[in-house]
Amino acid sequence: MTSAILSTSPLAGGLPAKRATRRVLPGFKLTLGYTLFYLSLIVLIPLSALLFKTFTLTWVEFWAAVASPRVLASYRLTFGASFVAALVNVFFGLLLAWVLVRYSFPGKKIIDALVDLPFALPTAVAGISLTALLAGNGWIGQYLEPLGIQLAFNRNGIVIALIFIGLPFVVRTVQPVLEDAEKELEEAATCLGASRWQTFRYVIFPTIAPALLTGFAMAFARAIGEYGSVIFIAGNMPMISEITPLIIIGKLEQYDYAGATAVATVMLGISFVMLLVINGLQAWQRRRSGGKS
Amino acid sequence: MKFMQKVALAIAGIALTATQFAAAQTLLNASYDVSREFYKDYNAAFVAHYKKTTGKDVKVDQSHGGSSAQARAVNDGLNADVVTMNTTTDVEFLAKSGIVAADWAKRFPNNASPTTSTMLFLVRNGNPKGIKDWNDLIRPDVKVIVVNPKTGGNGRMAYLAAWGYVRKTGGTDAQAAEFVSKLFKNVPVLAKGGRDATTIFLQRNIGDVLITFESEVVSVDREFGAGKVDAIHPSVSIIAENPVAVVERTVAKKGTGDLAKAYLNYLYSDEAQEIAAKHGIRPSNQKVLTKYASTFKPLQLFPVSEYFGSLSEAQKVHFNDGGQFDKIYTVK
Repeated sequence: MTSAILSTSPLAGGLPAKRATRRVLPGFKLTLGYTLFYLSLIVLIPLSALLFKTFTLTWVEFWAAVASPRVLASYRLTFGASFVAALVNVFFGLLLAWVLVRYSFPGKKIIDALVDLPFALPTAVAGISLTALLAGNGWIGQYLEPLGIQLAFNRNGIVIALIFIGLPFVVRTVQPVLEDAEKELEEAATCLGASRWQTFRYVIFPTIAPALLTGFAMAFARAIGEYGSVIFIAGNMPMISEITPLIIIGKLEQYDYAGATAVATVMLGISFVMLLVINGLQAWQRRRSGGKS
Repeated sequence: MKFMQKVALAIAGIALTATQFAAAQTLLNASYDVSREFYKDYNAAFVAHYKKTTGKDVKVDQSHGGSSAQARAVNDGLNADVVTMNTTTDVEFLAKSGIVAADWAKRFPNNASPTTSTMLFLVRNGNPKGIKDWNDLIRPDVKVIVVNPKTGGNGRMAYLAAWGYVRKTGGTDAQAAEFVSKLFKNVPVLAKGGRDATTIFLQRNIGDVLITFESEVVSVDREFGAGKVDAIHPSVSIIAENPVAVVERTVAKKGTGDLAKAYLNYLYSDEAQEIAAKHGIRPSNQKVLTKYASTFKPLQLFPVSEYFGSLSEAQKVHFNDGGQFDKIYTVK
């Protein structure tokens, strides 16, 4: 909708060329200027500072900083754990959104509010409370440890922490789409003899798929950058349970500003490529489902 | 008319107190994490002392965080008047960027370190595993909690103390490397910082022994109740200096040079040394040290310079990327 209003409309009504380029709403130049200025101030300038710091390194130094075995192991862990956590969130987040949209039950408002808690909570608090729960002497951990299930201080802990902080992203992106989904389509499908699974597969899923992907991308991106909650529960063992943000902090602790920003730049690059891919996937999804967004 | 005069007087009075209040100088001390309680007591003592000797009021603000994180903050622009750190590396870093005088270590007695600390072992009450010395830490049945030397000075000191123990008992560098490597194989969780390590050991109940600063014993007793842990003094340990320095950049701007100097000098006074001793920080004053001999049991201490040159050299050889510590975790 908005893009239609803002886009230049080469009106076919025989208007002079000059008038044709005028926008329907006033203030476009001002708002665009403001947008660019603000984005530069908040996003682009800090990010370019990151790049400039990295440029103080030679290629050899850069490579040594970003491709040592310990750092490589941390990329694998960070991106792997974030991917798994985002996948889990897609599945259970959809379930949560479904329940919240389609059913009414006492206390629904409270549960709805609870979903946002991981947004608001300082992540260190999340890390500490999760560790308190899952450690060998924690409320839950003490029953699991005799069974040989260890959830804290290893990779399991990392995934759990990342699931926790990523949950709201999926729920909050899928929920409004589910709410807007036209019930009539489902009713029609049922009338035409579709089974419940078929209705979900062919009617509901295509509608919410782009939102699910967006939720996945946001949960994934959020998880990659997560530090506070993970370091409390990860064990932080090099090569095993050391996340990349911790490597960056480690480099800063040895006053290796350039090395730290080099690793950060690599993270930024990978995340950016992944977001691009996911955006592409979404566009493809939208085209396939008939241009509806 | 009389009323107006009163009002004018009142306004003048308020203005006067306000200017007096503004005239009270403030001092910002950027320090490391676990010195918070010590400096709280010390600042109160210093403010009283300064008022008595100069008649001037002064207000001291504290800023605490990880030692290197604090040094980075000062480097990047935090307007601290003085830095009081727990590793010389942090002050050397500031000296290198010209924020602290290049000869900072000579500006105050004892290498500009009014206090020191050392690495001890904390074991669970009654010492169930019978841990007495460094040798016990490489036993296969012992789990050790230690701070990651990559992210905390506490861990670097523990590592160097273990290394120095082997050297002190006649071992070679190769033997020391093997010993330290075995020790870190016994570490189930690498803590991020000193307090994190204490939490893992005491609240999560992980590990049989915690290697940490001597001063942490006092905090543990205060936080978790006395008698939960026993302090074990190994036969050999390292001297960890707590260096202090005036931040020249800030005092030049604020004109607080004399005050900053007075603040750091007073750390060497008997009174301040006693406060330090009460917080488990080793005083440099021998008289105070002997007075608190029950806290600071005599043990064989060696300075970093004995085996490692200086902390910055140790940093290069052992803890920087690709150094000795990285080898422990990359060679399988």
